[in-house]
Amino acid sequence: MTTGRIHSWDLSTGVDGPGTRFVLFVNGCPLRCLYCANPDTWHMRDGREATVDEVMAEIDKYREFITTAGGGVTITGGEPLLQPAFTASVLRRCKEAGLHTAVDTSGLLGARATDELLADTDLVLLDIKAFEIATYRTLTGGELAPTLSFATRLDRLGIPVWIRYVLVPGWTDDPEAVDGLARFVAGLGNVDRVDVLPFHKLGASKYEALDIPFPLRDNPVPGPALTERVREQFREHGLVTY
Amino acid sequence: MATVAPTSVQAPESAWRGFTGGHWRDHVDVRDFIQANYTPYEGDAAFLAGPTERTRTVWQKIVALFPEERRRGILDVDTATPATITSHAPGYIDRERELIVGLQTDAPLKRAIMPNGGLRMVENGLKAYGYEVDPFVTRVFGTYRKTHNDGVFDAYTPEMRAARKAGIITGLPDAYGRGRIIGDYRRVALYGTNRLAEAKRAERALLDAQPSTPDVIRDREELAEQTRALGELAEMAASYGCDVTRPAATAHEAVQWLYLGYLAAVKEQNGAAMSLGRTSTFLDVYLQRDLTEGRIDETRAQELIDDFVIKLRIVRFLRTPEYDALFSGDPTWVTESIGGIGTDGRPLVTRTSFRFLRTLYNLGPAPEPNLTVLWSPRLPDAFKQFCAQVSIDTSAVQYESDELMRPCTGDDTAIACCVSAMAVGRQMQFFGARVNLAKALLYAINGGRDEMTGEQIGPETTALTGEYLEYEELSKAYDGMLEWLAATYVNTLNVIHFMHDKYAYERIEMALHDHPVHRFMACGIAGLSVAADSLSAVKYARVKVIRDGTGLAVDYETEGDYPAYGNNDDRVDALAVELVKSFMAKVRAHPAYRDAEHTQSVLTITSNVVYGKHTGNTPDGRQAGQPFAPGANPMNGRDRHGVAASALSVAKLPYEQARDGISLTTTITPEGLGHAPAERAGHLVGILDAYTASGGFHMNVNVLDRATLEDAMEHPEKYPELTIRVSGYAVNFVRLTREQQLDVISRTFHGTL
Repeated sequence: MTTGRIHSWDLSTGVDGPGTRFVLFVNGCPLRCLYCANPDTWHMRDGREATVDEVMAEIDKYREFITTAGGGVTITGGEPLLQPAFTASVLRRCKEAGLHTAVDTSGLLGARATDELLADTDLVLLDIKAFEIATYRTLTGGELAPTLSFATRLDRLGIPVWIRYVLVPGWTDDPEAVDGLARFVAGLGNVDRVDVLPFHKLGASKYEALDIPFPLRDNPVPGPALTERVREQFREHGLVTY
Repeated sequence: MATVAPTSVQAPESAWRGFTGGHWRDHVDVRDFIQANYTPYEGDAAFLAGPTERTRTVWQKIVALFPEERRRGILDVDTATPATITSHAPGYIDRERELIVGLQTDAPLKRAIMPNGGLRMVENGLKAYGYEVDPFVTRVFGTYRKTHNDGVFDAYTPEMRAARKAGIITGLPDAYGRGRIIGDYRRVALYGTNRLAEAKRAERALLDAQPSTPDVIRDREELAEQTRALGELAEMAASYGCDVTRPAATAHEAVQWLYLGYLAAVKEQNGAAMSLGRTSTFLDVYLQRDLTEGRIDETRAQELIDDFVIKLRIVRFLRTPEYDALFSGDPTWVTESIGGIGTDGRPLVTRTSFRFLRTLYNLGPAPEPNLTVLWSPRLPDAFKQFCAQVSIDTSAVQYESDELMRPCTGDDTAIACCVSAMAVGRQMQFFGARVNLAKALLYAINGGRDEMTGEQIGPETTALTGEYLEYEELSKAYDGMLEWLAATYVNTLNVIHFMHDKYAYERIEMALHDHPVHRFMACGIAGLSVAADSLSAVKYARVKVIRDGTGLAVDYETEGDYPAYGNNDDRVDALAVELVKSFMAKVRAHPAYRDAEHTQSVLTITSNVVYGKHTGNTPDGRQAGQPFAPGANPMNGRDRHGVAASALSVAKLPYEQARDGISLTTTITPEGLGHAPAERAGHLVGILDAYTASGGFHMNVNVLDRATLEDAMEHPEKYPELTIRVSGYAVNFVRLTREQQLDVISRTFHGTL
């Protein structure tokens, strides 16, 4: 029996894919984004071990509700592709149960997603953290290239994608970088929408509880004007952007 | 007829011209009339009209009085005239401009006294706002005329008094009007009072043939009073230039006649909830006919509804500050039930369903009238979208499952107060407030002694003496204590309603009911989530008891985790379900006054704070004095998985064992309904459909507005429970730093998240 390390589960509406969704948070992430709101999901060892059956039993309690409400199941984290076998297995079982599925990923580990896993994925929420290689590396501790090639692969497979872009003043608000990303995204044929998510500090208390520093604690959050400007930049490339 | 001149120059020939169907012509049967004549509307809200200059002017005259009313508590009161249907001269807001006329007294927002319920309530109410009751009133009601309140206390037993004082039975309507009776005010418009009085005389004639038993004598006297009240209604209406002895002939008259029927009720009774019924689709038949005849246009149709709603917004009663504390404000619960599906499958949604909701934009949001949508996944999509959008914009709509109610009370059901369903004009209820289930659990532990005072209130049973609470032992003791509570409760309610019928009978409201009427004894329970979680703590964790010097259990230490109600977890949800079932069964075992059918509610939308204040520490870890969760809600902060999980726990409570309603209040930020503003209404529709399909009964949808969050920043003590959900987890708003709070407000209300 496949098992995974999970953090928690939740029901959310209209923020982790369409409709009201069962959202499974898994533990473990290869990136260390400076703005991360969920530092409690960084390490797999901090998660609770759960079998696919256990997870499915929980999801089953909501099957009728989320189906009627036009939603589905989203696996997020953490990084779902750090546990590809577990993620694939949950997705498979969800598809067998007739549920809409989504995976929220940075794409860094896109190569670990098998074609079978992706065949069971109705939507990928692809977090592109920055579009400049150096910025990406400093901001996340990882490389950008795998994410971009994953995006291209998803396009080739025809899997619908929502791009998520966290807007952090001083880090991801450079007009040229945004424009470059927008051009890249517009060149893909499978992107249904772009969500520009203003950086927030509501995870600060988690850092305190874990007794680790919150690197962007003193970084400003974006104002409405900046957020709107960035959204407009995506829209200029014909992208549906919220 | 100066103020209600027909809008068209052409006077209609017959009031019923163009109407079809037969049964309703020969019998008083408004439902039959609606079914035969209404036009379902499946379109969207685009046809609606905004407020006219006239509407704005009239409404502004009222709005201008609100600051002074808020400052002083009440704007004005007539301290000398006990209110009756005809006690006061006509009053107006703006005689030239008003389309729908009629006020409770001779001036807007001026309150009346209604001493039939109890003189002390009147005296205290007046005193609180710096007034004195007129000596004549004191003499009449202190010397010559007994009140409901006097009667009740003559017949209460020492046990009832003790249970009431300790707060284990609480909120009882023994000093104020019981309310929750919905007259079928539509009858006034459809038939006129002459015809209604004739029908009452026919009902009475049938009784004259029966032996004069106490029941028959009482019925005869009541029917005589009902008939008399119809005459008083006609007299009051005539003082406003309206001849309600005949049926309404136009939409303008229909709205006016209906309102005058309701006005008579709120002139005569200071009921806890004075609900309106289900009027929008009825009125739509008249509005539709006038539109077809070219008598009015959409602007005028909306004006009539706007003006009607202005009147419903300014219903006022004289109450005491303690009463207002119990009910969190000064609510009147002018509940109007909108929508639903007919037994023939046609939606009961009409253009006027939309027009009622539109008043929340034309006049701005307001809690009254309490607009209640009878929800079904089968309602027309455009109507569902509109309702959801109105909720998001105003937070002023509540939803109840038409799918659960229709099989029980039919497709002409209306809600009284928040969640109490009744067939309009055919069923009434005896409002029974509620018992405190959490406190009863503590009584079980303490052998009937009160955990706060140490007094023996319940029967002297064996107190639990172990260091730790044992589940089997506790449930057995609890079951016994609930047996006692149910018996004491029903018997207390019987006393109250006997006396209310005798001394403060709802003459005009009952005149607008059939005889004989079906009666419910509407019991209720509070503290369900505290009781369920406490049982869960004992069953799944370990609960150590801390006792004072007299052996009274006063506190608890919980070791380990336990599943909490509100997480869609059957282990504890089943405990809540079992409590509802078992208490209902216990209540049913005790005969109710006038053979009423027992029901119960899981309600307390507004009283959870007061009940919490009167309840000691509980085994779930709740501290003494801490508020209960409202209604059937989970305890705040213990539902850790979002609205849907919490709603599904509540949906498990069986409606057939809580026919007086199960209430769930949800508070959500706009962002909680979706990142993209344009998609939020659709998402809310999805949630309501899914909740209803899962067997959920009621949902109050509060979409947080900016003002609330700003107020919470300034007065965190007022919002200890305000929870904001952010990307998958919940944070307590008042615990965020000021900077974070500002950030939440900014992203939530600039649409920037």
